[in-house]
Amino acid sequence: MADQKEVKNVSITVDGKQVTAPAGTLLIEACKTVGIEVPSFCYYPGLSLQAACRMCLVRIEKMPKLQTACTVPITDGMVVTTESDEVRQARKSMIELLLGNHPLDCPVCDAGGECELQDMTFKYGAAESRYMEGKLHKDEQQWSPVVYFDRPRCILCYRCVRVCGEGMDVWALGVQNRGSGSVIAPNRDDHLECEECGMCIDICPVGALTSGAYRYKTRPWEMNHIGTICTHCGDGCKTTLGVRRSDTGTDIVRGDNRDKSGINGDFLCIKGRYAFDYFDHPARLKQPLLRKNGQLVPVSWEEAVDHAGKRLREIRDSKGGQAIGVIGSNRTTNEENYLLQKFARTVLGTNNIDHHRTADFAGLARAIAGKENATATMRDVFTAPAILLIGNDPTEQHPLLAWNIRTNVRLNQAKLYLANANPIKLRRQATRFVQLAPGREGKLVSFLNGDDAAAGSLTNATVSNDVLKQFRDELRSQQNLIIIFGSELQGTDIAALVKFGAGLKAKFICLGDYANSRGAADMGVYPDLLPGYNAVASAVKFSEEWGPLPSAKGLSLTEMAQAARQGQLAALYLVGSNPIADYDFDPAAFRNTFIVAQELFLTETATLAEVVLPAASAYEKSGTFTNTCGDLQLLKKAGDITGVKTDFEIIVRVAERMGADIRKLVPFGGATRADMGQSRGAQSGEADRHAVWLAANGMEPRMSPFDPMAILDEIQRLVPGYEGSRLNLLAGNEQHVTAAEHSAAGPGDGLVQIVPSNDTLFTSGTLGRYSNTLNSVIENHRANPVDQEVMAD
Amino acid sequence: MAISEKLDAFFSEKMKEYPTSRSFLVPMLLYSQDEIGYVSDEVIAHLAKKTGLTELEVRNVISYYSMLRTKPAGRYNVQVCTNISCQLRGADELFAHCKKKLGIGHKQTTPDGMFSLEEVECIGACSWAPAVQVNYDFHENLTPQKMDAVLENCRKKAKQ
Amino acid sequence: MADLVSHPDEVRIVSKRFGKGAAEIEQYLKLDGYKAVQKALRMQPDEIINEVKTSNLRGRGGAGFPTGMKWAFVPKESAKPKYILVNGDESEPGTCKDRLILEHDPHAVIEGVMIAGLAVGAKVGYIYIRGEYRYLVDIMRKALDDAYAKGFLGKNIFGSGRQFDAYWHTGAGAYEVGEESALMESLEGKRGIPRIRPPFPAVVGLWGGPTVINNVESLASVPHILLMGGQKFADLGPPRNGGTRLFCLSGHVNKPGVYELPMGYPMKKLIYDVGGGIPNGRKLKAVVPGGSSTFLLNAEEAENINLDFDSFSKRGEFLGSGGVVVVDDQTCMVKFALRIMKFYQHESCGWCIPCREGTDWLKKTLTRFHNGGGLKKDIDNIKYLAQNMLGRTFCPLGDAAAIPTMSIVDKWRDEFEAHLEGKPCPFEPEAVITELPVLSH
Repeated sequence: MADQKEVKNVSITVDGKQVTAPAGTLLIEACKTVGIEVPSFCYYPGLSLQAACRMCLVRIEKMPKLQTACTVPITDGMVVTTESDEVRQARKSMIELLLGNHPLDCPVCDAGGECELQDMTFKYGAAESRYMEGKLHKDEQQWSPVVYFDRPRCILCYRCVRVCGEGMDVWALGVQNRGSGSVIAPNRDDHLECEECGMCIDICPVGALTSGAYRYKTRPWEMNHIGTICTHCGDGCKTTLGVRRSDTGTDIVRGDNRDKSGINGDFLCIKGRYAFDYFDHPARLKQPLLRKNGQLVPVSWEEAVDHAGKRLREIRDSKGGQAIGVIGSNRTTNEENYLLQKFARTVLGTNNIDHHRTADFAGLARAIAGKENATATMRDVFTAPAILLIGNDPTEQHPLLAWNIRTNVRLNQAKLYLANANPIKLRRQATRFVQLAPGREGKLVSFLNGDDAAAGSLTNATVSNDVLKQFRDELRSQQNLIIIFGSELQGTDIAALVKFGAGLKAKFICLGDYANSRGAADMGVYPDLLPGYNAVASAVKFSEEWGPLPSAKGLSLTEMAQAARQGQLAALYLVGSNPIADYDFDPAAFRNTFIVAQELFLTETATLAEVVLPAASAYEKSGTFTNTCGDLQLLKKAGDITGVKTDFEIIVRVAERMGADIRKLVPFGGATRADMGQSRGAQSGEADRHAVWLAANGMEPRMSPFDPMAILDEIQRLVPGYEGSRLNLLAGNEQHVTAAEHSAAGPGDGLVQIVPSNDTLFTSGTLGRYSNTLNSVIENHRANPVDQEVMAD
Repeated sequence: MAISEKLDAFFSEKMKEYPTSRSFLVPMLLYSQDEIGYVSDEVIAHLAKKTGLTELEVRNVISYYSMLRTKPAGRYNVQVCTNISCQLRGADELFAHCKKKLGIGHKQTTPDGMFSLEEVECIGACSWAPAVQVNYDFHENLTPQKMDAVLENCRKKAKQ
Repeated sequence: MADLVSHPDEVRIVSKRFGKGAAEIEQYLKLDGYKAVQKALRMQPDEIINEVKTSNLRGRGGAGFPTGMKWAFVPKESAKPKYILVNGDESEPGTCKDRLILEHDPHAVIEGVMIAGLAVGAKVGYIYIRGEYRYLVDIMRKALDDAYAKGFLGKNIFGSGRQFDAYWHTGAGAYEVGEESALMESLEGKRGIPRIRPPFPAVVGLWGGPTVINNVESLASVPHILLMGGQKFADLGPPRNGGTRLFCLSGHVNKPGVYELPMGYPMKKLIYDVGGGIPNGRKLKAVVPGGSSTFLLNAEEAENINLDFDSFSKRGEFLGSGGVVVVDDQTCMVKFALRIMKFYQHESCGWCIPCREGTDWLKKTLTRFHNGGGLKKDIDNIKYLAQNMLGRTFCPLGDAAAIPTMSIVDKWRDEFEAHLEGKPCPFEPEAVITELPVLSH
């Protein structure tokens, strides 16, 4: 990518078929383009070549010996045979040799049914054993809470070693001894000290490396596979969840990305792979709770929802909407976020709505408003010729972003410019690294914009101005730069950064911490902004559809807490948020506030509530998430826990109990009732705009008020930048949305109120605390402290 | 156990002869072993740091080379070649003789720590077979009787 | 250290300074030392390469690749530094010649490295000596120090204003490192796993730079070629097989030793005249012609072949490394095959499946077979395994293991059959059967 040289196409013949591909393409890849799969164990696209398994041997005319298709670049006129008696025999003999020592414990092996060695044996039929001696046996070893190694099953393809080293830049696996004694070894004698990503397990073609979370739980064919989105950080990795029927619903037993689709390709981190396990934690709420005589006691859904709706209505009617606050979530879907703010503004009658902001997406929206192509996708990071990263530590907080950066540097020689207050691990991939003094990220931006006076205070160390200027000069010479920044940059600093990038055709990524932090921002879970970053003061488009809206800016999250302290917040409606823990508020401040909490767990905040409504996690519902880059993706329901309801459904039901017109809140139904718009209020005009939009987009009216797609229809209709192919979305592909570019936020008030989560690879806010895997890894790392960062090879 | 400063300084000098810092690793491991008898954990940590490698990578390298060991051996490591040229001239009998004489087997050490015994692959003494290396010293055209003299000599040297 | 021998048929070129104290630099200078490199300094690179091409010098490590051609493959221009790497990892069973060169004539090796450097435009050479040869490392260290002290090496060699540095390096026990790409890995401080080729070392070698890798004997021949003239060297041997070669005679002969003989010397004369025949009135059964990686010859074949590359390649076989191992008729060929396989099993780097697993199963099967636990199907299995390794492994070590095994099964199948069904080894009737087959699947 970095080097856009013209590569000539060449033509070769494979098994009689003509294949044309760029010169230098590996034969094994060229074969794939015409549907010929040459088998291999050690070859893995994107990792270094090994030529070790000898399974891809093919006959190439004019060459004396069989050749490995994984190492031969194609040249014009090459004539190749990939299947012949000679080739089949060669492959068969490799399988025979492997099976000589491989324990045939397929019936109990995790990989049984999805094992590449099994498949090859089936294909090449090495059914007869030629050996009489006993197999080499070694007991299996546990290398970490999540990684187990079963040596006899290992076929030494070295995929794990490479993905750990080249791919993850962790280098925790090696090869020791030689000959038949060769063995994969962990970096700490008998255990691993690593990032616990599980990539080694995923990439293992056999069952040699198995997952502590999954091993011996099920057989692959007993699972269904649901492709959905990880619920942890803001990167939005696609994950395939293996699900199985259980007594209480549907169990999620495994996470991987088996079809390698989506923005993350092969990649998943520890959280994506294992930390779905909070979903069936014993502490999970499964029944609504209502405070009676000071105690939270289980009640029916009817009673709980009825109570919540009645009390909220009373408070609204007696004290007005301004006495009610709403705190939304970073982990509920776009539809739920949109619905929640619509509920707040149209049913509760308040703009007092906010969420835990971990990045200044509104600041980015203000800075890039009206600009085209101003934001980069996650895929762009994989191919961009140059990247500037200011702040954050993606290795810990955005593992996919870090993977994409590393891979781009490794495979495409992309240039990485890094400015950070800490010597973060990505400096090992950096072309230039400037270690800033803490808090000088904004000064750096000034310097980039030409303020040479700022150079003096940028760094603690004695970094010469020349080095800094070189950093700037090289950046200025970049075209198609991607600029990525963390919560260190906010408000006016972001505006200044955008100014710097303007001349460079730069695209931006603002790093927020949670799975739908970006979605919460895009959907207007703000006291001053409606969906699509529209200022509440000039919300004509929305009020035309929704009816009258409060026009004054509402209270922010901290202002709500202050109002509560002052006895001015009569009610607080919480959805998937835990401000007591996140903001360290004094619980006593909420003594006199009526709190309704939609939650998965009885969190520090939920324990203060009068009504606790058990919500479904993002693994148990459908909808959409927008990742930190603005890539919109579909969430599919995978697991199922009896007793919980989606936040969407809960909001609708509470609204209904408050006497709201549900048809206005959720535009469902229609066609069967020949609704011409009357039911949608005076502002709807002559016809139902929603119905018109649905018809124009070839969509059916939604039949249920609990169907989040009904709200997605409205989002796509009313939020510019969220349009796009519904088919593409439903097909499981991401779609880049540009709500920020289309914002009409107006000037901000300068108070951005960002509180970064400071999560690490092994923590994930409230949810992470309920993941047994994350906890066991944290415990294990505490017991075996990491003494130093490992060095690159 | 750590290596001497003198040896370490020698390593630092030799490393300058190569464009990468890990290049002299294999000789460093061998010379460290020669000095302290084996490649200790301390040596591994030291050389890893010196070469900018992970300790794992240093161990990967050590375990590949058959002369390197991570446990102490006897003061005199008796390495009997039994490869073809030696075998044809009585190496198996010679090795059996050593086993009996020293009372130890392949890769074992006498209780007094004086001798280790090892059956090794071709040591390049084919035309003077059978041959044995005691540490780095070659002893060639051996018979069991001559072998006894070699071992006796070692004991004598040890007493001096 | 090792005893020297002599025979009237010998033509002493490479060995001419053996036993003459030439490891001392002054003595070496008296014996025409460092004259060749000074001559080379006055020659154009192409002239040097052409002289070596004319000499028909072929790689003395065993592969027999023409040395001059190897040098000519090095690109003239290179962004990365070029290197000369001396392969002194002599480990091929039956081979002990480089040891004598390094012991008796280390400066000839240094001189050869320098000439190679001048020919291809390299300024640095590394002399890699196997770890077991510590005394030779010490000799080489001193030789290098002496050459530096004289100004023969360093920034201004022989006052020419040109720079050349030569350094010593040592291994730590690995036959595989004798394979040239594995040798480079080892020199770079890594496990000795061979590299994928192409690219070949002449283009992408040490640290990515073009690298010439030559055997000790090949390079030690180069100064003589320059002084005597390539044509004269070539004329010593038959066409396309220039010069002389150090043959390491071992095994069942009366006068084992390292003899320098012209290429193309008859094997029969080597065994019976030079080597003084088979001891104890026994008869010749087999010959390993050039290290254990070559096809074994039976008595008749051995007595009718000449020791040059082409005489062997005509038969689809290999002359090998110069390690001639003579085997008498009282030797069990099953045991011999087992010993060979034990070696390859021990030395396989383990990188690729066929070599790693193949050598291990062959060793296990041959062990059981020799101990009387052989079944009839094992004989074909042994051959099947070897055939399926041949030509399919990552590097030539798999071939090296397969080749002797296949030839032994083919030529002495009767000896395998004599071991069957619990019968003790016919050559060791007193041996106890220790391992019987255990059915594992």
